Amino acid sequence: MLSKTPKRTNGKKVDDQAEVYVLQLFVTGILPNSLRAIENINVICEKYLEGRYELEIIDIYQQPGLALTKGIIAIPLLIKKFPLPEEKLIGDLSNTDKVLQLLHLSNN
Amino acid sequence: MLKVSKPKKTKFSFPRSITGISGLDEITNGGLPKNRPTLVMGNTGCGKTIMAMEFLVNGIVMFNEPGVFMSFEENISELETNVKSLGYDLNKHIVANKLYLEHVHVDFYEGLETGQYDLEGLFVRLTQAITKVKAKRVVLDSLDTLFYSLEHDVLRSEFKRLLTWLKEKKVTAIITAEVGENLLTRQGLEEYVADCVIVLDNRVTNQIAVRRIRIVKYRGSHHGTNEYPFIIDSRGMVVFPVASEAFDLKSSTERISSGIMSLDKMLGEKGFYAGSSILVSGTAGTGKTSLAAVFAKSVCLAKKHCLLCAFEEAPNQIIRNMRSISVVLDPFIKSNLLHFYYARPTLQNLELHFIAIKKIINEVTPSVVILDPITNLMTEGPNSDIRSMLTRFVDYLKLEHITVMFTAAITVGSIERNPSDEGISSMVDTWLMVQDIEVDYTRTRSLCIMKSRGMAHSNEVRSFSITNKGVGLADITDARNNGSSKRGYMERENLSTSKEKNEYKESARK
Repeated sequence: MLSKTPKRTNGKKVDDQAEVYVLQLFVTGILPNSLRAIENINVICEKYLEGRYELEIIDIYQQPGLALTKGIIAIPLLIKKFPLPEEKLIGDLSNTDKVLQLLHLSNN
Repeated sequence: MLKVSKPKKTKFSFPRSITGISGLDEITNGGLPKNRPTLVMGNTGCGKTIMAMEFLVNGIVMFNEPGVFMSFEENISELETNVKSLGYDLNKHIVANKLYLEHVHVDFYEGLETGQYDLEGLFVRLTQAITKVKAKRVVLDSLDTLFYSLEHDVLRSEFKRLLTWLKEKKVTAIITAEVGENLLTRQGLEEYVADCVIVLDNRVTNQIAVRRIRIVKYRGSHHGTNEYPFIIDSRGMVVFPVASEAFDLKSSTERISSGIMSLDKMLGEKGFYAGSSILVSGTAGTGKTSLAAVFAKSVCLAKKHCLLCAFEEAPNQIIRNMRSISVVLDPFIKSNLLHFYYARPTLQNLELHFIAIKKIINEVTPSVVILDPITNLMTEGPNSDIRSMLTRFVDYLKLEHITVMFTAAITVGSIERNPSDEGISSMVDTWLMVQDIEVDYTRTRSLCIMKSRGMAHSNEVRSFSITNKGVGLADITDARNNGSSKRGYMERENLSTSKEKNEYKESARK
């Protein structure tokens, strides 16, 4: 955590270094929460992580086994695989500020 | 949905899912509501998990209904170890694909919510689990864990959805929850479980812990509303209900001999009613155990099983002592007609005794059970509890059509005032009192019938003698004035015993 902090506070420098964000979004088919989450994450990624993100959207209706292996209860679930540490967010990601805060991205 | 039944005529019974937990099916009139969720609430350590697991395992073993256990607290290996002590080999069922255990780890999500969410992930996992083993029974133990980490508003709506969903899936479900602040019950969620709510409790009174179970709600059905004690022992959960049907029983007119001809005569010529309860009370050394032993012997001679529960003397001691009055019991033990249950009352609490006795009864199906003496049990626990336990026990025996004889030791001079004695005497059908009375400066044993429901009985106080030849009754006047006539009486009595002996020998030869 601590070692990451300087990078984050450097703001734009991080952008320059183009640290790649690896994100996984777990959704359930086309339920309203899931659709909103997909929409929101796409907007956020395009706006704040343009060109330096990998987003995988996983429908656990299609791959129900993952619900167990990933220990998923609450849906939608966003997992930030990278940069470390791995972090989990739940909800439809409509609270953009909170998403950015939790992903350690600045809003500028 | 409940079918609209024609008034008065139809006997609609709500579909049940038999739990196989002894006693629980009685108080719920046949089990939990089928294909509906039941909420089991209680404090930590009151047996929720065990009850739920027993429900599942019984479903598999008894009805071939596969089950799913979603554990939110214990992980799988912990769970397996914990129920192993109850003799459940979960692994066997898992291998046979009849049982599926899943540990649901709940992450700490507080502060990580970014918008609306639901618990669809849990539903997906449940769907998979249910499909995997084609489950008919599902346990969620316990949902409270979710409340530590997720928003209550979401949980409330999701909980409601879960219950509807479980109904749609046509599974009988048990959902456990703790009682306490900030937990499931605090949210008023149990109201959504429209169908059945059971509360477990573990209370300590007079240093004896008693577990209790209560059906708070059972929609669409009548149910026992009392608190019933239950135990969890090496064989699982056993609830001790009041057999409410005891009163609907048709009472038998069949008679059973007391083993003493003259006593039978006093009891309307024929002896006790079969399936009735008999109390023999008296001060120390008046021959209560001897009366009981003679009764036991006569039962065994009739080739019926008798269970003698001794709380005072060890079986061997009873046998030895009874031999001294020509009541020979050993052959019946060999021929497996006479069974002993021996335990010190203090060894375990009253319920455990009764449950242990009940188990033996189920195994040997005796026609007579003798408790000698019941007063020794009275020292354990508060009096009201004991009386209610005894009533239940007597009701249970009546239901099983078993004749029961209690002996009760009472203190000299306190016959009327002894509260425990009063308590028992109102619940028994026949009450014999043996006393030491003074006749011409000699202490004489006497016997009288204080009451005997439903039969013309003698009001006489008879002299009651115990000699090395057996037990007999005589008129008080006989005993006092004329030794020879008393002996005459005795001989008649012994004639019957010797006749019995011969009969027994013959049967043994065969």
